[in-house]
Amino acid sequence: MEEMRILSPTAILGYGFPQSSFEEGLRRRPDVIAVDAGSTDPGPYYLGSGVCFTDPRAVRRDLTLILEAALERRIPVIIGSAGGSGGTVHLQRDLGLLREIAAERGWRFRVAVIGAEIAKETVEGHWRAGKVSPLPPAPELTEDDIRDSVRIVAQMGLEPVLAGLATGADVVLAGRCYDPAVFAAKAVQQGFDPGPAVHLGKILECAAIAATPGSGSDCLLGYLYPQAFEVEPLNPARRCTTLSVAAHTLYEKSNPYLLPGPGGTLDLRETRFEQVGESRVRVSGSRFVRSDPYKLKLEGVRRIGYRTVAIAGVRDPVMIREIDAIIAGVRERVADNFKSEPFTYRLDFKVYGKNGVMGGLEPHPAPDGHELGMVIEAVADTQDWANTICGFARSTMLHFGYPGRIATAGNLAFPYSPSDFKAGEVYAFSIYHLMEVDDPCQYFPVEVVAV
Amino acid sequence: MPTPLLKIAEVIRSKNSGPYELTLDIIFRDWEIFRRVCAARLITPERIAGLYRVPVADVLAIIEFEPAKAIKINLRRPIPSGSPGDTDVYGAQQHAPLLDLEFELP
Repeated sequence: MEEMRILSPTAILGYGFPQSSFEEGLRRRPDVIAVDAGSTDPGPYYLGSGVCFTDPRAVRRDLTLILEAALERRIPVIIGSAGGSGGTVHLQRDLGLLREIAAERGWRFRVAVIGAEIAKETVEGHWRAGKVSPLPPAPELTEDDIRDSVRIVAQMGLEPVLAGLATGADVVLAGRCYDPAVFAAKAVQQGFDPGPAVHLGKILECAAIAATPGSGSDCLLGYLYPQAFEVEPLNPARRCTTLSVAAHTLYEKSNPYLLPGPGGTLDLRETRFEQVGESRVRVSGSRFVRSDPYKLKLEGVRRIGYRTVAIAGVRDPVMIREIDAIIAGVRERVADNFKSEPFTYRLDFKVYGKNGVMGGLEPHPAPDGHELGMVIEAVADTQDWANTICGFARSTMLHFGYPGRIATAGNLAFPYSPSDFKAGEVYAFSIYHLMEVDDPCQYFPVEVVAV
Repeated sequence: MPTPLLKIAEVIRSKNSGPYELTLDIIFRDWEIFRRVCAARLITPERIAGLYRVPVADVLAIIEFEPAKAIKINLRRPIPSGSPGDTDVYGAQQHAPLLDLEFELP
């Protein structure tokens, strides 16, 4: 094959795309439609709780349009990091949506479902054998980190996706997956060099974000050739420029020249970007250097408690001047009040208008506005205790006496009743490490399901 | 006269690169200025550490990326993404101090 066309409809399944752009993409006869459905970027909660960060109705809308186009043209659909975090529960959510669509439309198709959740015992075994290392600046892994994790996924590379494609299924639905793999897999299966294929995947993974003006909710088309690839947007309002595409290469990555992934590193030190049309860019010279041993990235989270928050505003200038001392005073009162109780908690104050966004990194730590936004946050072992601490801190702060106080009726302006919100379970990342494996497909079972 | 970075950059942005790292991208407006900034080593770990009030060791890398006329700065996250005390889960608003950066362009 001399050319392969890959359509990326949207940056994340459920982020949407204009139908007109998608149809423009279909007119160019794509060989595959691929979409990335997840990320660790929304934080540890979704992997831990099993909740999907993409809304089911929004995902169903995108999936319906993609499936209709692909089934009619008999081209494969490949979806990576299903359900956002790519654990089994997330994968099942998206499989459920595929079933619903199939039932509703009377479509029948086959789905290759690839699991990415990995047992703690497996991780522990590799850890004991010295085959797990941190991805700096993540800390060294401990046995407790593994035991305390509620769910661990491994990011699959190209090989399990190739195994999914080899089943001949109409749809490949993969759990946690290296973002570029879903875009590159069909091409690598057809014998294309993984260098340009994986780099093209890296550009297509966020869809039209690589165009200017960029958008994660619009389509991008990739043309892959033996030694190079080209990309172009499908919405006349956008252009791909050498700069927009090169700039996307460094997006969210530590090093734009060497991009490590499962099984190898994308080496872009010799990559060239050329403008070959008004809105089309050609990229050549990208190499994929295989690594030995094969390393998978693990992502794990642990539950650290439950959260309750209260939101309020402060307008009194004397209170604003004294805010640090008031917070310290409230902390002390809360600690003293519950000192004999057998539980631990963490009380935090986010003061918007005063280092609320940057915390310790803030170069201008003194407030200069006339009002502050206050978020009082308690995390404790149970929701009830989090409610207790947050409620007590809130009422203490509301009536707290401070030097120069002239307004004695109350210190906080609450925009809501109730003032306190139960935010539920709280998670933190526990594992973000590399694990050496003998076989890239070993921990990614493929099951073909007829829907 | 000092040149504000804002005047010579087309894009200044921040994002996570994994849960433990922030990555700041500066994409310059033109090649000549990009090369002058690089040649004069105006973006240094010391300058960034001072700006963000962190130890120099927390500035993990400063990388010039010629194809995009960009300079990338990687910082250790003070708190991993989403852990208690974190203030910016996506790391998307940590670029602001760069907007105030000024230096003498040689």
